[in-house]
Amino acid sequence: MLSALVIPVIGVGIIASLISDSTGAFEKFGFWNFLFSDDWVTKSGSESYGALPFITGTLLTTFLALIICIPFSLPVALFVGEYFRGRKIATILSTVTDLLAGIPSIIYGLWGFYALRPIFMHLNLSPQGSGILTAAFVLAIMIVPYAASLSAEFFKMVPSDLKEGAYAMGATQAEVIRRVVFPTAGSGVFSAYILAIGRALGETMAVTMLIGNTNQMPDTLRTTGNTMASIIANQFGEADGLKLSSLIAIGLLLFLITAFINLIGKILIRKAQHV
Amino acid sequence: MIKDKNLAVRIAKNKLVYILVCVLSGLTAIPLFAILGEVLIKGWKQLGWSFLTEATPNAYKALMAMQAGEPVPGGIANGIIGTFLMLIMAAVVAIPVGVLCGICLSEYRKNWFATIVSYLTDLLQGTPSIIIGIITYIWVVVPMKGYSAFAGSVALFIMMLPLIIRSTEETMKILPETLKEAGLALGGSYWRVMIQVMLPSAFGSIFTGILLAISRVVGETAPLMFTALGAAAISWNVARPMSAVPLLIWEFFNDPNLQNLIWGASLFLLVFVLCLNLLAKRIAKKWKI
Repeated sequence: MLSALVIPVIGVGIIASLISDSTGAFEKFGFWNFLFSDDWVTKSGSESYGALPFITGTLLTTFLALIICIPFSLPVALFVGEYFRGRKIATILSTVTDLLAGIPSIIYGLWGFYALRPIFMHLNLSPQGSGILTAAFVLAIMIVPYAASLSAEFFKMVPSDLKEGAYAMGATQAEVIRRVVFPTAGSGVFSAYILAIGRALGETMAVTMLIGNTNQMPDTLRTTGNTMASIIANQFGEADGLKLSSLIAIGLLLFLITAFINLIGKILIRKAQHV
Repeated sequence: MIKDKNLAVRIAKNKLVYILVCVLSGLTAIPLFAILGEVLIKGWKQLGWSFLTEATPNAYKALMAMQAGEPVPGGIANGIIGTFLMLIMAAVVAIPVGVLCGICLSEYRKNWFATIVSYLTDLLQGTPSIIIGIITYIWVVVPMKGYSAFAGSVALFIMMLPLIIRSTEETMKILPETLKEAGLALGGSYWRVMIQVMLPSAFGSIFTGILLAISRVVGETAPLMFTALGAAAISWNVARPMSAVPLLIWEFFNDPNLQNLIWGASLFLLVFVLCLNLLAKRIAKKWKI
């Protein structure tokens, strides 16, 4: 029973440490000011830090990744959970997606940088090849496995008598999927995508290598930027004083956002599993 | 006539959806093979005995070799040793604590404390790895006044723990209740039944969970950047900074002189992680409850 204490200690400790070490930044700039300022001046004497460009960068890459991810993860989930359920080809595809999920973030970053970036440049999608669009594209590939394998579980859980009823009425398989499978599995699939968002929000290395690392507000999807995770990865090492505290404050915000999204996802998924 | 046309449209639509699902699913497999191919083709030339047994060269040596048209000397031995050392230190603590905690959670399912721990485990599992890096920096690096391999292993421990707890808990939940009752009916004490009956029957699945947890953290870079930091020489001292394979990849990525080593290191890491994954799948299949 004692071992179970480790988790609360770590969990509460994380929140306490993040809060206590970020007070410097919040006291200096004020909570709301820090949140909505787009200054990032590191020159000593006129130091001024704000989190807005990075919050924007994180939200932009995440939602763009989600939009790119859906047209691929949904077919994979249907392939594994409905069309070829239990067959060998479905096992092969789910092994492939499992392996995709296992590839370390830094290797996704390398591949994106050396293989995808030239293609993006060639297609004239972004001037330097790296930027929000490139980062979101790789991020989408990284979250497809999570979204797909979780949604497939919910597609498998749809009772077959419901589907058989629809078939008996003369529905085609596509109609059964649209009218029976989607409505029944909908809430579970929705929660799967929420959890995929939670993953994308905190993804660090691949995004850091591809987003271009500039600290101004991103104005289009083709420009470079920074996310909350990538600014920490880039600048934490040489930071001290006010800058360190500001970076930890960004970490606290990132932690709170991901915790919130994950909590909603988990509550929804528990509900969906008990129906 | 109209009805028939309608039916034809519906059948055509059905076919179209089927083909679309198959094509898009097939497309999803492309990145895996593209990544594997890229890393294999560029990396296998570098892999060799010296690559696995020598430490990373400094930028000057690498530059000289490149200008002389020779392959860059040295390898990633410092990273390999660091990765395994930190992994072992983290696993030695995380496995017993995680397994025990997982058993507790599955046994006291209705308990309010267990519910809180369960939610906190989810919270910890979803925490971005970079935050774990910051936290370990605050907890270990600052009080110890320096980066160290020990701090790196603490970060890996925090990452592994929720993964092991979850997989153990899930496994214990699906073990049949009758198994425990049979053990208790034979007069075994509660913990004796747990350790001698329940754990062995769940061993395969728990082991799979542990392997997956290891494969998940072995490629982590972000939590090690501000904890283990990295070191160019081979080192066994856990109180000093140490390198790891993913840290080396990050270093090579940022240093134009060392870029020739990047694919060999990536190939090593990728093969290691994917083999662990496949092995875990194998074991899970063989030891299915």
